Amino acid sequence: MSAGAPQTGFRDEAFERRLSARHRRGDLYRWLCFAAAAVGVITLAALLLDVLHDGLSRLSPQFLSSFPSRRPDEAGIKAALWGSIWMISLTALMAFPLGVGAAVYLEEYASNNWLNRLLEVNIANLAGVPSIVYGLLGLGVFVRFFGLGRSVLSGAATMALLILPVIIIASREAIRAVPRSIREASYALGATRWQTIRHHVLPSAFAGILTGTILALSRAIGETAPLIMIGALTFIAFTPVSVFDPFTALPIQIFNWVSRPQPGFHVNAAAGILVLLAVLLAMNSAAILLRNKFQRKW
Amino acid sequence: MAVLTRSRRAERLREGVIQGALLACGVVSILTTVGIVAVLIVETLAFFREVPIVDFLTDTQWTPLFAEKHFGILPLLNATLLTSVLAMVVALPLGLGSAVYLNEYAPGRVRSVLKPLLEVLAGIPTVVYGYFALLFVTPILRAIVPETQIFNALSASIVMGIMILPMVSSLSEDAMNAVPVSLREASQALGATRFETSTRVVIPAALSGIAASFILAISRAIGETMIVTIAAGQMPRLSWNPLEAMETMTAYIVQVSLGDTPAGTLAYKTIFAVGMALFVITLLLNFLSQWFVRRFREVYE
Repeated sequence: MSAGAPQTGFRDEAFERRLSARHRRGDLYRWLCFAAAAVGVITLAALLLDVLHDGLSRLSPQFLSSFPSRRPDEAGIKAALWGSIWMISLTALMAFPLGVGAAVYLEEYASNNWLNRLLEVNIANLAGVPSIVYGLLGLGVFVRFFGLGRSVLSGAATMALLILPVIIIASREAIRAVPRSIREASYALGATRWQTIRHHVLPSAFAGILTGTILALSRAIGETAPLIMIGALTFIAFTPVSVFDPFTALPIQIFNWVSRPQPGFHVNAAAGILVLLAVLLAMNSAAILLRNKFQRKW
Repeated sequence: MAVLTRSRRAERLREGVIQGALLACGVVSILTTVGIVAVLIVETLAFFREVPIVDFLTDTQWTPLFAEKHFGILPLLNATLLTSVLAMVVALPLGLGSAVYLNEYAPGRVRSVLKPLLEVLAGIPTVVYGYFALLFVTPILRAIVPETQIFNALSASIVMGIMILPMVSSLSEDAMNAVPVSLREASQALGATRFETSTRVVIPAALSGIAASFILAISRAIGETMIVTIAAGQMPRLSWNPLEAMETMTAYIVQVSLGDTPAGTLAYKTIFAVGMALFVITLLLNFLSQWFVRRFREVYE
């Protein structure tokens, strides 16, 4: 500053004093913003280290293969793990076709009429409904009205509705990314609308749709509140053999152990969290790998 | 020719059937909304046949599971609002600060690490956050302020703030990204520092999007269940002291569901009445956020 300014033979000392104060304020702001971003990362690290510290020593084949027990060191997550696998598979079977179907309709067929505008607004708002309200829906409709009871099927159906908006939104984005020219080329060769979608649009958008679906399912596998509502039990000494069996799930088992006063169960909860986080990590890695492997640049 | 026409007709029929099936998939989402509203309205009306709506809205005690029953939602609502506001006190500055850092300052390499890490924070199941609040944050709070209760609203709020931070950060950053570069350049050409450009040009221009992200985050906090259930306790109490145990609306719903509550009992109906209140509040906030974006968006070019 002082090197450039004197050429005019004039220095505004007040300005320069203010300028350095302004720069100091700017530096402070920069550091505060950095600190804000750091807090999130530090908390994440603290959370992971805390859970690892509490639960790592408890992880063992016995923990994975035992049913719940009143004695913490004999309890395990076999029922919860299998319950989660059952539930998430059924959820995927229901939510994937419905979500992709709705996305194809909205992107490829829908014209701008009242029904389709209603669909759009509705999906956007469903995405903002708290998960516990879906639990009330599941309780009122699947458990009571359809009489499915507190079964895996009730749980999976509730979860499917919960993640449906997420799958629809992700699939629509993937479908929208397929260029128009692909469709026009297909039509020009005489293909019908469905043939175009079936043979060109869907295969091109498939990686994106699958990635979105896996991310949505990984949300469902960690959801707790809706399952408590529909009455997933916590003390179950068997694995489901049919979709009408009662069940428990990983987050429910973790919640049950956290809520007990004995520290031994808290250790179990931490170990259960490690298993849950490992499952989530595996699902998310799969999603990222798929995206990188099949992503097309048009 | 006749064969061709027949196959054409079959083809057209098939196309129509497929379109109908796809539309049906979309209609499922409308049925979901209808189902939610119907279930909530039916049970809530049944509840109000037994408990006057005035009591529900004005009574200051909530004791539906006791012998002497009171059905005032205020203690639950109060706890929900207190925890949500405190969570915003955490999430708002941290989220906005992170957004500014990522948007203005972070070098490419730092950004490519920082942003995914913040997204990981958003993907952690809430039951895990609950564990962290009760068994990590609460002991620290109790070491600092010994009169803190084991179950307390503060610990739940802090952790809930961390949970919604990524949402505030990523939506605010999107809003800042949408501000045209020409505005920044004009500001800097006039001699403004980066700090001045950020606080007097970029943030005001992105304000509608930032405000919308805040409103959505509050809505998330109000509907959050597991963190407050695990860490804030099950003690309906009309209090503004965050060091005490209290019970939010969501925590109450969980408390009843964990017990053996047969369908048709009054206790069973209360969870739908509380759920209705929750649904209406979050829905209004979501509408408000969408309205904000539409109404106050600055349009350039």
